[in-house]
Amino acid sequence: MAEKDIELREKQEVQTQAESTRNIPVFIPAVDIYESEEALTLVADMPGVAPENVDIDLRDDQLTIRGTVSLEGEGETVLLREYGVGDYYRQFNLGRIIDQSKIEAAMKDGVLTLTLPKVDKAKPKKITVKTG
Amino acid sequence: MALLRWSAPGDLFRPFEEMEREMERLRAEMDRLLPGFRSLRTARVGVFPPLNVSEDKDNLYVRAELPGMHPDQIEISVEGDTLTLRGERKPAPLGDNVSYHRREREFGRFRRSLTLPTRIDVDAVEATFNNGVLTIVLPKAQEVRPKQIPVKAQ
Repeated sequence: MAEKDIELREKQEVQTQAESTRNIPVFIPAVDIYESEEALTLVADMPGVAPENVDIDLRDDQLTIRGTVSLEGEGETVLLREYGVGDYYRQFNLGRIIDQSKIEAAMKDGVLTLTLPKVDKAKPKKITVKTG
Repeated sequence: MALLRWSAPGDLFRPFEEMEREMERLRAEMDRLLPGFRSLRTARVGVFPPLNVSEDKDNLYVRAELPGMHPDQIEISVEGDTLTLRGERKPAPLGDNVSYHRREREFGRFRRSLTLPTRIDVDAVEATFNNGVLTIVLPKAQEVRPKQIPVKAQ
C-alpha cells in the first residue's frame, strides 16, 4: 500500500444521551470493525482514557463502551485549543452470531480492542458438493 | 429570477471584498488585544494532529492525541521558536480473509509545525506519552519567566 498523509478527522460529540454528571463533552470514538472467520474485532480510539477507566457493558444484544478521560493540565492557562477533551460513549447492537461469554477486551495507548468470537454455528462451513 | 450583469464584476464581488476587509480589521484588533496569540493563531489548522497549547509560570505545554502510536514513531524537534512533530500512524497488520465492517480510524504520515509564543529552554524540553496522549513540556527561557521583586523595608 502506498504511503499517504493522514487526514484530520474532527472529533464528533455525542448528541443524544442522558446528561452526564461530569461537566465535560462526550465524544463518539472512531472505530474500525473487521471480521474474520472466527471473530469480529472492534478497535476504538479513546485517547486520554486509562485502562482502568474503560467500562464495557453487555446487556442482551447491546454493547456499550464508555471511557472516562483523565483530565490533564488543570491550572494551566489555555493558549490554543484545537481539540476538545472529554469522555467517550458509543453503543453497538451485536447480532446473534457473537458468543457473548467469550468477549475479550484490551486497552493500550488509548486504543481499545474488543475481540468478539463468533458462536460455532455462525462460522463458515465448507459445503462439499456431492457428485453422482 | 435575479439577473446579474456580467459586465460589472466589480459590483458582484464588492460585498465579499468588504467582508474580507472587515475580517482583516478584526484580526488586527485581536492581535492588538492579545499579542501572545498572534504567532499561535497563524499556525496551520486543519492539519493532523490538532494541538492544545497551554502555559503556567514556568512551562509551555503542547498536547496531541495520538492513540495507538508508539513513542518511537513520533519525532519531536525544536529549532529556534518552531516546534515540529513528525511521524506515521500505521494500522495493525491484519490476517488474511478479513473484511471491514467499519473503517473510521485514520492512518498515514503527518508533519506539524507550531511557532512557540515565548522563548524556551531548548535543552530542557521533555515529552511523555500516556494513554495515547503526547505531552511536550517546554520550560520557558529564564529571561521570560515572571520574577518576584521583593520590596525592601527601609
